[in-house]
Amino acid sequence: MTTVKLSLKQVDHVAGLAKLALTNQERKTFRLQLSAILEYAERLRRLDTGDIPLTATVLPLENVMRDDETCPSLPVEDVLANAPAVEGDCFRVPIVLPTLSEGVLDSK
Amino acid sequence: MTGMLPLTIQQAHQRLRAGDISSVALTQALLDRIVALDNDVKAYLTLAPEMALEQAAEADRRRAAGEDGLLLGVPLAIKDVICVEGLPTTCGSRILENYIPPFNAAAVDRLRAAGAVIVGKTNTDEFAMGSSTENSAFFATRNPWDLERVPGGSSGGSAAAVAAGLALGALGSDTGGSVRQPAALCGVVGLKPTYGRVSRWGLVAFASSLDQIGPLAATVADAAILLGAIAGHDRRDSTAMDLPVPEYLAALTGDVHGLRIGVPCEYFLEGIQPEVEAAVRDAVAVLAGLGAEILPVSLPHTEYALPAYYLIAPAEASANLARYDGIRYGLSLRADDPSTGSGQSLWDSYRQTRGQGFGPEVKRRIMLGTYALSAGYYDAYYLRASQVRTLIRRDFEQAWQRCDLLAAPTTPTTAFKIGEKADDPLQMYLADVFTLALSLAGLCGISLPCGFDRAGLPIGLQIMGRAFDEATVLRAAHAYEQATEWHTRRPTLN
Repeated sequence: MTTVKLSLKQVDHVAGLAKLALTNQERKTFRLQLSAILEYAERLRRLDTGDIPLTATVLPLENVMRDDETCPSLPVEDVLANAPAVEGDCFRVPIVLPTLSEGVLDSK
Repeated sequence: MTGMLPLTIQQAHQRLRAGDISSVALTQALLDRIVALDNDVKAYLTLAPEMALEQAAEADRRRAAGEDGLLLGVPLAIKDVICVEGLPTTCGSRILENYIPPFNAAAVDRLRAAGAVIVGKTNTDEFAMGSSTENSAFFATRNPWDLERVPGGSSGGSAAAVAAGLALGALGSDTGGSVRQPAALCGVVGLKPTYGRVSRWGLVAFASSLDQIGPLAATVADAAILLGAIAGHDRRDSTAMDLPVPEYLAALTGDVHGLRIGVPCEYFLEGIQPEVEAAVRDAVAVLAGLGAEILPVSLPHTEYALPAYYLIAPAEASANLARYDGIRYGLSLRADDPSTGSGQSLWDSYRQTRGQGFGPEVKRRIMLGTYALSAGYYDAYYLRASQVRTLIRRDFEQAWQRCDLLAAPTTPTTAFKIGEKADDPLQMYLADVFTLALSLAGLCGISLPCGFDRAGLPIGLQIMGRAFDEATVLRAAHAYEQATEWHTRRPTLN
């Protein structure tokens, strides 16, 4: 039997961080599956990694600069073509700060 | 008309150049073959017959005007995580079901500039996360050698299309083995270029330190042609290195005399199907017979590649997939009623859109990656995995001091049954066990057919090379291929 490393509360916390609405069944399934995967990952602890530098990229990259020249962007209508909701030339988004009334914005 | 197929890219080029066939006729024959056979294989998510025939007519005009490129008028397929302007790019996901990109990926632009014809988009595990193409939100692709079995993944649609003669070549993407593994399971050639060899512009991001576009083809020479077309610097991807791109086709000399090929003992351990081990050892003997020097080597951290990969790739994915928020494109489930003014509206829109738009494997990996990066666990998981990645790179650096290439199996087993591993994510991850280390080290590697098991399923030989040394990998693969008959076998489809 695999040790169940994660609690349902931890699953809910991670789902919140990841902005994923999970069904009750998904919560339970992911708890067991993620626990099994994390248990497998425990074998990394067998290695002494104390002073080993980490690899975030394999390339010997230095800052990549390019010439500062303007080139055309995509037309606005193409950029907005896939948008679920559009207002004018903008993406329409759900209310972000509902208590912020229009009056507050106007006074700025 | 369909009698002219299947053809390799080189064969098609010869016939196009000789004027035996037009690109329009070739493309139409391929479209007819797809209509006839793809109901069984299910390699394609989207077919674009009108666009393809227009492109073919344009290629015929270019040829009539005196142009003669190796890909001019050759019909190809593109994995559906790579953007083709005007065609849906779903990534095998409900969340992008209706997404139509307004631009071509850099690799697609290059293929089009070379005159290639795009016939359609091939099936993939959702966001390239999987090893069987069963994680596509739309349907599973079937292995042309046995329709009850998986084609591998995540580029299973591209591999199956090439194996079944439903495309003359294809692009896939390889993050942890997603070109090589399906190539092995479908009996075709699949090349993962070095990280930085091919621009990732227009490749939908999964794990940005690992993702690389690579070709799938019926022969090593065809893979060399495709790599030559898509490789090179691109100002839109700062990781696409500004290095010269060799003439890959010219590198296929057939000569492997003096090449030192290491055989890593860690790739022949428990769990490997005996027929796979036997076929790969036979292949190594063939290379020795051709004049290569074979030597045993050790890559001692190989067993840690899998746990390291399945922390690093999900961690990067959890960040990359944060962009699917239902605002700019894709599925959008909005808790967006201004009259309620609920403070939860934006948050709930995100949660519902992502919760319903992503399939189980994608959610699992986002969860895993988010956990591995979260406060209190970052050091134990992501940081440690990234340190182990350094150890894995050092294994290869040690090996390159003694050898020029490494030879190993691509996969521990031949193609498994559809559904066999679907309920056990960890078992599915183990299908990638021989391809992950090379990905973490950012090197290049190829899989090519080296035999068949008793059930008639293909076995893949993996040849790995130094960073940006695709030419030597291709040379050895080509020499082996030409010394054997495996690449001439095609599955029987009715």
